[in-house]
Formats: sequence, C-alpha cells, structure tokens
Amino acid sequence: MSAEIGQFALVLALCVAVVQATLPQIGAARGNVAWMALAKPAAVMQFALVAISFAALTEAYLVSDFSVLNVAQNSHSAKPLLYKISGVWGNHEGSLLLWILILTLFGAAVALFGDNLPPGLSARVLAVQALIGIGFLLFVLLTSNPFARLDPAPLDGNGLNPLLQDPGLAIHPPFLYLGYVGLSVTFSFAVAALIEGRIDPAWARWVRPWTLAAWAFLTAGIALGSYWAYYELGWGGWWFWDPVENASFMPWLAATALLHSAIVVEKRDALKSWTILLAIVAFSLSLLGTFLVRSGVLNSVHAFATDPTRGVFILGFLLLVIGGSLTLYAVRAPALKPGGLFAPISREGGLILNNLLLSTACATVLLGTLYPLFLDALTGQKVSVGPPYFNGTFIPLMVPLVAAVAIGPMLAWKRGDLAGALGRLKAAAVLTAIAVGLAWWLLADGPILALLGVALVVWLGVGALVEFAGRLKLGRISAADSWRRAVNLPRAVYGMTLAHLGVAAMVLGITVSETWQTEVQQIVRPGDRVAVSDYEFTFEGAENLPGPNYMSLVGTFTVTRGGEPVTVLQPETRSYPNPPMQTTEAAIRTTLGGDLYAVIGEPDGNGGYAVRLYDKPLVGWIWLGSLMMMLGGFVSLTDRRHRVGAPARARVPADGALAGAGD
Amino acid sequence: MAQSDNTADAPAKVNAARRLVLATVPLAVAAVIGLFLYRGLSLDPGQIPSALINKPAPDFSLSAVQGRELGLDTEDLKGEVSLVNVFASWCVACRAEHPLFTELGRQGVVTIHGLNYKDRPKDAAEWLDRYGDPYTRTGADVDGRVGIEFGVYGVPETFVVDKNGVIVEKIIGPVTPHILKEKLLPLIAELKR
Repeated sequence: MSAEIGQFALVLALCVAVVQATLPQIGAARGNVAWMALAKPAAVMQFALVAISFAALTEAYLVSDFSVLNVAQNSHSAKPLLYKISGVWGNHEGSLLLWILILTLFGAAVALFGDNLPPGLSARVLAVQALIGIGFLLFVLLTSNPFARLDPAPLDGNGLNPLLQDPGLAIHPPFLYLGYVGLSVTFSFAVAALIEGRIDPAWARWVRPWTLAAWAFLTAGIALGSYWAYYELGWGGWWFWDPVENASFMPWLAATALLHSAIVVEKRDALKSWTILLAIVAFSLSLLGTFLVRSGVLNSVHAFATDPTRGVFILGFLLLVIGGSLTLYAVRAPALKPGGLFAPISREGGLILNNLLLSTACATVLLGTLYPLFLDALTGQKVSVGPPYFNGTFIPLMVPLVAAVAIGPMLAWKRGDLAGALGRLKAAAVLTAIAVGLAWWLLADGPILALLGVALVVWLGVGALVEFAGRLKLGRISAADSWRRAVNLPRAVYGMTLAHLGVAAMVLGITVSETWQTEVQQIVRPGDRVAVSDYEFTFEGAENLPGPNYMSLVGTFTVTRGGEPVTVLQPETRSYPNPPMQTTEAAIRTTLGGDLYAVIGEPDGNGGYAVRLYDKPLVGWIWLGSLMMMLGGFVSLTDRRHRVGAPARARVPADGALAGAGD
Repeated sequence: MAQSDNTADAPAKVNAARRLVLATVPLAVAAVIGLFLYRGLSLDPGQIPSALINKPAPDFSLSAVQGRELGLDTEDLKGEVSLVNVFASWCVACRAEHPLFTELGRQGVVTIHGLNYKDRPKDAAEWLDRYGDPYTRTGADVDGRVGIEFGVYGVPETFVVDKNGVIVEKIIGPVTPHILKEKLLPLIAELKR
C-alpha cells in the first residue's frame, strides 16, 4: 500500500511544482502580489509531498516489501537495519528520490527563511527552483519509478552491493547531494536575477549563505567519499581521478570560485556578470555529473546501472536547464552595469586570480574527464585519462593558488600594497626557507614536489596565522584590547582563517603521506615478522568468522616499535553471498602522526596470505584539512550578516582595519 | 572581466558588441559539449575488447623471459586450447590473480602462456621465481609492441585462444575465482570438445 501512496504523493508534488513554476513567475512580471505569494506555500507543500513519498519508499525497505521491484533488486531481509535504510539511496531510483527530497527541502528552506528577500525575487527564485523540480519529478515518474510493483513477489531480495554496505557510504550520498542540490539555490538566484536584470550587493548577500552551505556540504561529501575509497578499496589510495570523483570535484571547484567572487559582488559591486556565470556553471556541472554517472557515457567503477532512455532524458533536461540559463545569460549579461574600479594589485585582484586559477583547474578536469568521449566520438579510439594527466595539469595550477591564499587576504580593497603585504609575511618566508632546508636535508635527493609541498604548507599556514594576528593587532596593543578585537571580529573572518588553515593541513597530509610512505607487499605465514619503516608487524594468523550477512577472513597483526607494543591490526576480507562479492576492510590505526594500514588478501593455498602493509605518515591530515574547510564554511555561515532573518546592516566602509575584512 | 568598460560613447558601443560576443561564449561551449554527450549516448565505452575477438591472434615472435627456455610465437598458439596471460612484475593486480594460474597450471586443466608486458627481464624472472611459474611458454615483450598488437590496454589481461589460434575471449583485469569458475572453465571445456 505504501508504495502507491508514495507514487501518488510524487504525482501530486509534480502538480504543485507546475503551479509553483508558473504562477509566481507571471505574478512577479505583472506585479500581482497574490500570485507571487503562491510560491512560498507551494514550496513547502512540494517538500511535504516528496517527504511522504520518500518515507513510503523507506518504509518498503524497512519491512522488506519485496513486491516493490526496487526493494527486491536492492535489499535483502538479512541486511542490518542501517543498510536497509541506506539501501533506499544506494540505487538509481532511490538516489534520485533523495535528490528531489533535498531539492524541495532547499526550496522550502528558501520559502521559510527568506523573509528578508523582496517578494518579486523570492517568487522568481522559487519558481526557477520548481522548474528544476519538475524536470527531476518527470524523470523519476517517466523513466525511473522506484515504486514499480513486482508480481509475484520473490521470497527474498538481491541484496545491496556489499561495497556500499558501509557506514561511511551510507551517509556519503546525502552529504554530496546536499552540496550538489544546494547549488541549485544559487543557480535559481542567478537566473532570477538575470530575469529581473538587477544584481547588487544585497543580492550577493542573500546568495552567499546558500553558496556557503552547499560548498561546506559538498566538501564533506567529497571528503567522506575519498575516505571511504581509502579504507574500503584497500589500495591505500584516496583519490583516483575517476570520472565520478571528478563529477563531484568540478562543481566543488566552481563553487569555491563562486564563494570568493560573490565576496567581490557583495563588498565592491564588481564581477557581477562573472559571478552569475559561475553560479550557473556550478549547478550545470552538478547536473553534468548526474548525467555522466547515470547515462553510461563514461567508464567508471561507480556507475549506476545504466539505461539509454534515461541518458536521453537527462540530456534533454540538461539542454533545457543549461542551454536555457546560458541563453538568458547571453541576452542579459551584457546589460549588467560594471561596478567599482580597482587596481590589479588589490583584494579584488587577488580574488580574480583565485577565480582564474580555480576555473582553469575546473576546465582541465572537465577536459580530462570528457576527453575519452571526445576521442571516441571523433576517431573511434578508446583511451582512458588517468592520474598522470590530472596530476600534471592540476598541481601546477594549485601551487600558485595556495601560495596566493596567504597574500590575498592582506591586500586592501581597490588598491593593495603588495610590498607591504609581503613585508608582513616576512616571518612566513623565513620559516618557509627553514622548513624547506630541513626537508631537503631529510630527503637527500627526494622529489622536488615534496619540497614545494612543504614550502606551501609553511607559507600558507604561517601566513594565515600572521594575517589573523594582524587583525587582532597582537603584540601591538595590550592583550586585553586584542582579546576585545578577537571577540568582535566577524565570524566570517574566523571561518576564512579556519578554511585556509584547512587547505594548509590538507597539503601537508598529501605531501608528507605521498613522500614518506612505506609500502610492503608480500606473502606472510603465521609467525612471520615484517618490517614497515620503523614498525614491526607480526602476523599472528587468520581465521574465518561469520558476520551478520557475510563470512569474514580476519587476519591479526601485532605491531611493535622498538620492542614496545603499538597496536593490534585486524584487517578483513568479507565474502558476501547476496550478491556474491568480496570486499576488503583495511585495518587502520589512525593518529595525528600518521596511519598504520593493513590489508589481507587471498590465501595462497600453502598457509600464507598476500598482505599489504603501509605506514602513511600524516595521511589523516588530508581529511582533517577537509573537516577544517567544512567547519570554516559553517562558522562563516553563522556570521551576523548572513544570519537568516537578521536585518541587513548598513554596509561597513571598505577600508577600515576590521571592516570588509574579507570573509 | 568587470573592469573599467564605460568611458565615451563610441568605445561604449564597441564594448557592448564585445560583451555580447563574450556572453555567448559559455553557451557555445556548452552546446559543443552537449553534442558530444549526445553522440556519447550511442557509443559504448566498455566495448573495447571486441576488436580481436574471433580473429586469429596477431603475428608475433618473442623470446622467453630471462632464464626460461621456450619463447612464444603465433604458431605456438595453434594445435591446442590455451590461455595467454598478460602479466608484469610491476602490476599489483597480477599478483592477486597469479595464485589462480599457478593452481590451474598444477592441475593441468589448460596450457597457459605468459606474455610479459613492458617489464625488465631481471624483474620478470625474479617475479616468476618468487610467485611461481605456471607458464608453458613465455614471451618477453620488453617494449610492449606485441601488447599493442593484442590490444592490451591494462595489465593483467587474459586471452582464451582456441585450437586454430583464434582469440575467443578476453578478460580485462585480474581473473577472480568467480570468473574462472563461471566463465573460463566452462569455455575451455567447450573449446576442448
């Protein structure tokens, strides 16, 4: 029964979306207040209906209703509760429903918390949001119905892909979608602004919290996915430049650029046309990711079961959304008035550099991701583009970006003083030189990239702290006064500092773990000792143990260092019967200083096991850095200026010591 | 970008035209990508192996891996059903699948030849000494030329060759017990009949 309720609720949500997409837009054009006012209740109603539908599907999973085709194909009665729930979005149909749920959630949030928006803009934003909703609702109802029945119902289901039966992956998609779909709000704001033909600092201030939230969620989602790959795929790697990873990374790059360019619109009323374009591009890349994952156009380990009709549908939808918005952009953008003037060396100039590098990086990732398709379509040749291309193009773009992050926030708006900024960074420069010297001495003839990485970490880390200390006038005024300044500093400044330090932490993790990692692969028998850097791993043996819905081969290593016990690692290989598949569960001991990582593989038939053992110093800092970036986003979100519903304050003068202190 | 664009009237017009052109660029780029995506829908990125299936194995002749006697050439693939396993000492996945082949070789189910792809002779020899050598014949494809003829694009790959030296099937990536049981063994049994 619940499946039918879910289906009806979806159809009703579609009807509401049609109303929400049309009447408020017309009302805004004609100044009809009543029609505009329809948007808010419609957005809330649409969310409620989709929530009912989502609850219905979840219920079918919870009670293992195998008369629902989707449940039968993707669930199994013996599955633990968590994976019955996460199974809802562990498949194409259900994940789309989750996508729509979040889309309408954001729509409802704009309706409920957007009281400070002018009614016309609010109506238009919600109408555009509903247009996107129509597209996805039609997609689900016409090509990917999660509520299709199966008669006769099977006795048990096929089970969820065991790789996905993992707590990290259970929450990875919701975070990722909060990011992807959060960008839809920015997109709707951009399109609404183009329709109105007016973009001003107030607009940027309204958009920024949504961009920040989407960006922070996307950061979390990508980091979770990368951490999952790290411990579940068992190769010790954490980023593979797989098309699906790239599909989530491109919107992140665009959103990061957008986050920064929106500051310029907000503070200086400049870069408007570019910012609008970024908002459109960021969401377009989210949609492109959806297309790539679900159409089977590219080879990927992550691809959903693909279906050509779905591909055609999404492509048509992309054509309407992206083509439509870019056409609108081409018509309206030239009429936007350019804003304030500024010298190349200025805060604006720094943010433009940031945008240039980020969007170039985004373009290179896009090119590499789609290149196999281009070549196949033009010449019929099949190639795959892998890490050598991406590392070769992406890293050279990130190096100047990270280096500039330390300088940018120290430049004043309009006309900055580069020499002054560099002067304040003297301490950072000295420390950087010392660190590089030290690293050189440690590494002897190590890779140059490692030295560069160390240099960037110290430069940015110290630079960000110096910049923060400068805002407090630390040491130049009394400690009490500095404290007062710290208390009064906008939250956005704390957010920025935290996020920039996060970048430094991440570069640190990447550099050190890639450079100083020790890897040992060999066959071990019980009692064997293996030296991994300065640790000694003793293989105690392996045994077969039953899990809730799998059989597990568990190996045991005791790890010592200089004779002192360090830890016990128990890597597993799980064999799932439904569907038949093996997964590796790496055993990882994480500390701030680094990870010890053990994987056990197949027995060799003679009492030995193939194992991989790693010592990966500081690798955890990669995710610690991501976490700091995400937290930076959320801290910035609590800034008074963004607090939803807070009365908009008069703009602070741009050149004061504190004021305009760039978020 | 949004720098100083507004001065006098005449340049303003030129600027307006330029801005219009600039503003159309994203649309044009998106359109081109869209065309490729549309074309991509009717292409299958996974359809790589088809080129050599049901075709005779390419002409080649290779000397054996260091320390081994029997080299490998096209004629060796004729006369009996065989597997040609492309391996390399630098390939981690090869190590994963290797125990299966040593076991298969010991049971004598099928003749297995090894094509050592882009490897240093010494490394390959040491690797075989260490992990076991199930291969009847080996070919050292040091520069990867023969690999190209075979359409190898990743190691490991495993080709099934019938009595007439025709390639019947190709497995990309490591052979798992599942693939062996469900796909390779039935196919070999059928070819041998």
